[in-house]
Amino acid sequence: MKQFITFVKKEFYHVLRDRRTLLILFGMPVAQILIFGFALTNEVKNAKIVVVDHAKDEASRHITERIAASQYFDIQEGLMDRDRMEAAFKEGQIKLAIVFPRNFRNDLLHQNHAQIQVVADASDPNNATTLTNYVSSIIQDYQMGLNENATLPYQIVPQIRMLYNPQLKGAPNFVPGVMALVLMLVSVMMTAISIVKEKETGTMEILLVSPFKPVWVILSKAVPYLFLSLINVLSILLMSVFVLQLPVMGSWLLLFAESTLFIITCLTLGIFISIKTQSQQVAMLISLMGMLLPTMMFSGFMFPIENMPVPLQIISNIVPAKWFYIIVKSIMIKGVGFEGIWKETLILCGITLFFFVVSLRSFKIRLE
Amino acid sequence: MVTLNNITKTYNKGALKAVDNVSFTVEKGELFGLIGPDGAGKSSIFRMLTTLLLPDGGTATVDGHDIVKDYKQIRSSVGYMPGRFSLYQDLSIEENLHFFATVFNTTVEENYHLIEDIYVQIAPFKKRRAGKLSGGMKQKLALCCALIHKPTVLFLDEPTTGVDPVSRKEFWEMLKRLKQQGITILVSTPYMDEASLCDRIALMQNGRVLSIDTPQGIIAGYPSSLYAVKATDMPRLIHVLPTYEPPFNSYIFGEYIHIDMRVMDDQPPIENLTHFLTNAGFEDIEVVSITPTIEDCFIKMLTK
Repeated sequence: MKQFITFVKKEFYHVLRDRRTLLILFGMPVAQILIFGFALTNEVKNAKIVVVDHAKDEASRHITERIAASQYFDIQEGLMDRDRMEAAFKEGQIKLAIVFPRNFRNDLLHQNHAQIQVVADASDPNNATTLTNYVSSIIQDYQMGLNENATLPYQIVPQIRMLYNPQLKGAPNFVPGVMALVLMLVSVMMTAISIVKEKETGTMEILLVSPFKPVWVILSKAVPYLFLSLINVLSILLMSVFVLQLPVMGSWLLLFAESTLFIITCLTLGIFISIKTQSQQVAMLISLMGMLLPTMMFSGFMFPIENMPVPLQIISNIVPAKWFYIIVKSIMIKGVGFEGIWKETLILCGITLFFFVVSLRSFKIRLE
Repeated sequence: MVTLNNITKTYNKGALKAVDNVSFTVEKGELFGLIGPDGAGKSSIFRMLTTLLLPDGGTATVDGHDIVKDYKQIRSSVGYMPGRFSLYQDLSIEENLHFFATVFNTTVEENYHLIEDIYVQIAPFKKRRAGKLSGGMKQKLALCCALIHKPTVLFLDEPTTGVDPVSRKEFWEMLKRLKQQGITILVSTPYMDEASLCDRIALMQNGRVLSIDTPQGIIAGYPSSLYAVKATDMPRLIHVLPTYEPPFNSYIFGEYIHIDMRVMDDQPPIENLTHFLTNAGFEDIEVVSITPTIEDCFIKMLTK
């Protein structure tokens, strides 16, 4: 046991002294969360818009203030007439324009009906739809406020509510995906490389000519990466809760237990690769091509599995990340308990056991 | 202590014979040297004796344990230092030593007396990472790590390759001291000048043992006479010597050319040679009879 602890300590030295790798290990999840969370969402923030106010009355000012207060829009000053507005659209300076007609408030108060023109740059249709939706919801909000104090309703406002994701946030889908990706990368590739490194540098030769059991060499390699991966899980979850404001609906404990299971699955995969390869480059290539690529393609994180041809759907079943993705999505977003994910858990256990047994069997106690 | 019986090892499914029918015995407390150029099969023999490779034929025992069946006992009792530096470059001297001590179920303190002589030389740098050490210091550290569990047999595969001459000399002195502690040592080296420092040596070439004896025994067994020749215009001398009758074998050896010839009673070779070279127009001719070195013996065995 003392041997094992010393060995694990040595592994920690290896990891902690390799500054560059360490930076990648801990920087990668942060960078991925930030990239997916802010750069690659269908959410629109700080879109440049103009308000062309022909009314200049209390009502138009109120609506403009509300729009200005929203983080989605950035109102550009100085573009007040129609010609300049059109020019700005053409040059791509603005994405949306709101035009208040003359007598806006009068129409609203006396005829109980008023119009606002919302012009959007539809060259990016997704963006345009999102932006007009934002604007109309702000206007509806204002109308509701008016109606509260009125005896006669000004307009019937439809009630819209979106389940799970009221602001159409992109985050819920990618956080589990990033988790699967990062864990795959850290656990599979790093473990595989670190074991093959011992073969490559010749230290495995010395370790074999010692009373220390070869299997323990392998197992003690896995321990530090289990810890590192758990830290990554924690940092991804903390970022998603505090930076992306995406709460974990289900149990944290269950989420961590399932993550630990998936990490162990990845570690056995890494060990398996390391046993079958002789150089760090080969180990890295196999980990990248054989593990990361399928994780991206078949986990359902980037491309929906339901839309794939049947053969690919069948292949996706042997990708461990697919099951982990389902598990995390269920716990984090839907708040499902263990009773809802026991099947996926069982499949992950099966894959882990399979690779563990195969690795143990193919482990060589000699150089050949 | 170590016995090999007709050990054979092939690679590439028998296409390459690395070790060919090798047998020898190493006594307890002996400093035994495997001498031969690269590719002679030295490392393969070491790896078979340390149970890292399985022989294709023959049997061998280390400290009474069979190298195939009892590999576990052998692994916990021998010390092995592979041909290239195989310690953890990102761990310090101290950490490497403690790590290997623990892996072998012992502590640095317990066997410190064994490594003390060597360790004090590298102790001032004990916080330095192994990757940043000089070649000589790396070898000393590797030797400490191989010794820390008080092995019964020590296998050193080319420990002095790539090490400066001063460190090489120091290294051999350390081996002598270890021998006095009763540790059996098997060492391999491509340097012929190190052979005379061993108790007994096996000269190897192409997987075969050419000769096994004490260095003195091998030199005494030199079958003919050896002369060293030097003159002005050495490049021309190399071309002129092969025209001598009766023909002999000659090769460059340092600043001399060594000549190996069978001496007939009626032909005083030094006078004849000097006469021959004077006629050929050489000046400052120097011909002396010399005692062969191990390298001369090795060359003689190869040309046989």
